[in-house]
Amino acid sequence: MTDTSRGLPERPMSPHLSVWRWHITMACSILHRGCIMGLWVGAVILAGWVAALATSPEAYAGYLAVIGSPIGKLVLLGETFAVFFNVAYTIRQTFWDAGKGFTPRFADMTGAMAIAFAVVATIVTWVIAHANGAF
Amino acid sequence: MSKNDLFQPQQFRTPLSRARGMGSAHHGVSHFITERVSGLALAPLSLWGVFAGLKLIGADQHTAIAWLGQPLNAVLLALLLVAALTHLQNAVQVVIEDYIHRFTTKSFLVIGNLFVCVAAGAVGIFSILKVAALTVTGAH
Repeated sequence: MTDTSRGLPERPMSPHLSVWRWHITMACSILHRGCIMGLWVGAVILAGWVAALATSPEAYAGYLAVIGSPIGKLVLLGETFAVFFNVAYTIRQTFWDAGKGFTPRFADMTGAMAIAFAVVATIVTWVIAHANGAF
Repeated sequence: MSKNDLFQPQQFRTPLSRARGMGSAHHGVSHFITERVSGLALAPLSLWGVFAGLKLIGADQHTAIAWLGQPLNAVLLALLLVAALTHLQNAVQVVIEDYIHRFTTKSFLVIGNLFVCVAAGAVGIFSILKVAALTVTGAH
C-alpha cells in the first residue's frame, strides 16, 4: 500500500482480468463501441448511396445490386441494430450526464432496456422491410 | 525560462489556472460536448433515416431522385449525414486513442478517420445538392 490511500476507508479494488466477470453495463459499453465502429461504416455507405444516386442510373443500379446482395442485407441488418442501440444508448447517456441513473441496479436495468429496445426495433423494422418487398 | 516568464511569475499562477483546459488530452471538454450534442441531434434524425430507408425499399433511381428532390427530405438527409459524421468522427477518434498508443500509428489513424469523415460529408452533401437542384430546376 502506498501513502496515498492513508486515512481513507477501504476502497474497492481495481478490476483485474482474473477476478472480473461480464456484467450488463460492461457488455453495453463494449457493444456500443462496436456499434459506433459499425455506424462509421454505415455513414460511408449512406454517403455512397447519395453519390451513386447523383452519378448515373448504371451507378445506382450497381449500388443497389451490392447493397441488395445477401452480404449487403446482412450489413444493413447490423446497421439497423446499431442505429437503434445508439439511439437508446444516447438517451441513457444523457441521463448520466444529468447525474441520474448511476445506481447499479438501475444502470443494469436501463442497459437491458437499451439492448431489448434495439433487438425489438430491429425485428419490427425488418418485418416492415419484408412486407415492403425487401426480401 | 523565456522572456515572458519575467512578467508572469509562476508563483502567482494557481494550480487551477494551469490545469484549466489542459487535462491529459491537452484540450478542454469541447470534444466531449460535441459528441454528446451531435449524439442528441442524431437520435431523431437516425430514426427518420430508418423510416426513410423503409419508404425507399424497391425504389428505382427515378423514384429515389424524386424523393430526394423534396426539400424536406434533402435537408433532413443533409442534417443526418453531417450529424452522423460529426458524431462518429469524434467517437471513433476516442476509440483509436484508447487502444492505439504508438504515436505514429495513432496519428495516422486519427487523421485518416478525419479525412474519411470529411470526404464522406463533402461527397454526400454535393450529391444531395446536385440531385435536389436538378429536381427543383426540372432538369431531370
